[in-house]
Amino acid sequence: MTTGTVPYIPAVEVEERETYLNVSGKIRSWLLTRDHKRIALLYLISITFFFFIGGAAATLMRLELMTPARDLVRPETYNRLFTIHGVVMVWFFLIPAVPTTIGNFVIPLMIGARDLAFPRLNLASWYLFVFGGCFTVAAIVLGGVDTGWTFYTPYSSVYSNTNVVLTIVGIFITGFSSIFTGINFIVTIHTMRAPGMYWRRLPLFCWSLYATSCILVLATPVLAMTVTLLAIERIFHVPIFDPNRGGDPLLFQHLFWFYSHPAVYVMIVPGFAVVSEVVACFSRKRVFGYWFVAGSSIAVAFISFLVWGHHLFVAGMSMYGGIVFSFLSFTVAVPSAIKVFNWTATMYNGSVSLKTPMLYALGFIGLFTMGGLTGVFLATLAVDVHLTDTYFIVAHFHYIMVGGMVTAFLAGIHFWFPKATGKMYPEWAGRIAAGLIFFGFNLTFFPQFILGYLGMPRRYAGYPEEFHLLNVMSSAGASILALGYVMPLVYLIWSIKYGKDAGPNPWKAMGMEWTVPSPPPKENFTKIPVVTQEAYAYHMMTPQGGDGPILPPAPPGERVEGGKPVDVEWSKQ
Amino acid sequence: MDFSKQFRLFPEEASSVAGRVDTLAIWLFWVSAFFTLLICVLIVWFAIRYRRRTENEIPPETKSHEWMEWSWSAAIFVILMVFFAWGAKLYVVVKKPPTHAMEIYVVGKQWMWKVQHPEGQREIDELHVPVGRAVKLIMTSEDVIHDFGLPDFRIKQDVLPGSYSTEWFTATKPGEYHLFCQEYCGTLHSEMTGKVVVMLPHDYEAWLAGTVPDVSMVQAGAKLFSTYGCAQCHGQLAPTLAGLYGRPVQLDNGKTVVADENYIRESILNPPAKLVANYPARMPSFRGQLSEEQLIDLVAYIKSLGAAAPVTQPVNGVAPDAIFNQPPAREPPPIVPVPKGGRR
Repeated sequence: MTTGTVPYIPAVEVEERETYLNVSGKIRSWLLTRDHKRIALLYLISITFFFFIGGAAATLMRLELMTPARDLVRPETYNRLFTIHGVVMVWFFLIPAVPTTIGNFVIPLMIGARDLAFPRLNLASWYLFVFGGCFTVAAIVLGGVDTGWTFYTPYSSVYSNTNVVLTIVGIFITGFSSIFTGINFIVTIHTMRAPGMYWRRLPLFCWSLYATSCILVLATPVLAMTVTLLAIERIFHVPIFDPNRGGDPLLFQHLFWFYSHPAVYVMIVPGFAVVSEVVACFSRKRVFGYWFVAGSSIAVAFISFLVWGHHLFVAGMSMYGGIVFSFLSFTVAVPSAIKVFNWTATMYNGSVSLKTPMLYALGFIGLFTMGGLTGVFLATLAVDVHLTDTYFIVAHFHYIMVGGMVTAFLAGIHFWFPKATGKMYPEWAGRIAAGLIFFGFNLTFFPQFILGYLGMPRRYAGYPEEFHLLNVMSSAGASILALGYVMPLVYLIWSIKYGKDAGPNPWKAMGMEWTVPSPPPKENFTKIPVVTQEAYAYHMMTPQGGDGPILPPAPPGERVEGGKPVDVEWSKQ
Repeated sequence: MDFSKQFRLFPEEASSVAGRVDTLAIWLFWVSAFFTLLICVLIVWFAIRYRRRTENEIPPETKSHEWMEWSWSAAIFVILMVFFAWGAKLYVVVKKPPTHAMEIYVVGKQWMWKVQHPEGQREIDELHVPVGRAVKLIMTSEDVIHDFGLPDFRIKQDVLPGSYSTEWFTATKPGEYHLFCQEYCGTLHSEMTGKVVVMLPHDYEAWLAGTVPDVSMVQAGAKLFSTYGCAQCHGQLAPTLAGLYGRPVQLDNGKTVVADENYIRESILNPPAKLVANYPARMPSFRGQLSEEQLIDLVAYIKSLGAAAPVTQPVNGVAPDAIFNQPPAREPPPIVPVPKGGRR
């Protein structure tokens, strides 16, 4: 996790095996690395930094909302806080979270490749991300921006006198980072799969990230165009969205949500990716309905482009337009439900172990179910008219993005941490943090559903007295949640240095990433493996006698070379 | 802190649609609660029943069944479609105002609501309405997008600059209710609140009588109409405005539009945008010369010039006499420009 310096892991073994971490410890070798695993760690440090900026803004907001009066911060400050929170969390944490860190790290390992297809592009995408982030941080430092993360016109283009342009320049640049990552993953998954890694054997993690990458490549250019139009109107006063000079204020909302609704799925489909792997491993089962889980990721990605209008039900769209978008929005619930049922069914008749990653994954399923079902409320037209722009919608998307995505991200971090560092974290600490986060999250956001139904508007610095109690509950929950999020940061950093050795496969998982040592060598595989089975053949595990550990059967590709495994490192464990 | 009165789950049901929206939401709640509990119970049950007993345990393979996948997908789809249809049906009710609703005009600006009654009463951040009568709000904004949200009535509608949005309700319970701006509009967004006062009919009449208006909106509009010299052309060189409101208008591009508030507004501010067939583009734009309040006065006046029954669908092939494009009596003479700024 974040240390401020590069996470160099000192060698403890006498005979030091060369890994991607100790191949060179120089700062320069990190900053010029083309190794997907090192770039993943660079990304992890960056997004963790942004997560805590966004989290700090949220903390101040929850403190302000402890009382009905606008007393802790002035309204203009509050508006800047929720804008910073939204912008930073959406573009600098949630969208890159799983793809650029966990995805970057494990996709080549899962498909038997030595790196992504375009290693330099991968590094360039990190630099663009940091460069774009600098603009947005500068916008915050120089006085902030107060438009909300949605930048609705004409407020953002004509009326706001805050750092709108600086912020959207940051978002524009970061968008290219997303596009580069998307292209890289698509090409990698198409062309770099090891012999025998047919599409039907592709881990579900890769299927989901493939769907995510398609969204990134197709939708992000629309965002770039939209914010460019906004900047043109703001800087050059060309009327585009300003109705007083012939523009159309709703055009912005259509363009913005044409990007941002698919982007919402960029913020959850990678969560599906992680959960599919974790649930399979800790149930020792193939994910139930492999093709339905894989296909539903693609279906979600496809439908995500057709539902943007459900953000405009009360904005002034035609009634018939609303009915069409409502229908399309309902259809997206079907693939989401398929996933939830299949993950649950995966546990049936399995061997379920409630280790930390599994606790997070099960928490994800519950919270995502609630987030998804409250989304059905919002797709229901007459109910949406009452609920939209209230705290109900705030609670709904936090159930998806925080309860869903952040929980899945933590599941993934805990699942692959031993692979990335070669160390184990203390299991008890992991379980306590997972419990705190689940409890704190629900206490924070469940009262907001009720607040929303009672009518409390979002983006209000103060509120009528009658909403006080539920806001106090929410703020109390937020403090527990904050503690839950700080805990992993502490014990994971501690474990990098002091954790027990993990060995190549601490979870007895079947994926190909577990057949290489931990941490993996720089080139991942000394010899490109030949894949002979799917990643979920848990029923084919073989007990190695008595109390000894059980091991996967002949690991993919390591039975070549005259029947002798090339790399026997893993089987010593 | 008095929390004793804060344990409630529903806001007041104070409009004719509130109860119907709540019923739908309650059904959604029970179905959602069922599925959430189903998933949670299954997860907990499986986690206990199939817990790992020994480290080396290898569970048997479970075959997945396509029929299972298809059947639960189909079941979910059917349930969803019920809610889609129910929600859409109610949405039509929520969106479409009854034809004879009383009309009140609303202008939003950073950060206040200005309300104008046809009789001439003006209010700031308050809206007085009688109980039991359908009220149609015709709303616009002077600056950014706002939203006229009435949670106790279960309705809200964004208020856009540059055009009129409408929203309607029939209040069912006398009392005072929250009015929130529900679309973020800048620094004091959270203070752009107010109240709707629902009164018994005789109280409302008393209130109307007690607040002495200067002039009614129609009178104010008529005054503007003559100040700006509109009558110089309209009726002879330009289409007559009598009986215009709510009728289909044949345009010179061959299309037909219904003359609603937005059409009248646009024709004042940007006359060439939708030109009536057989008339030249000679009317100057009044953009920047009329405030939003003056505009709604004018619109109210033009509407008062004999309103037809509102036609909701612009249909081609309507009877010719219903089409509002009687050609001018004679060939129009060379353009007589109305001086910009009108005559005061």
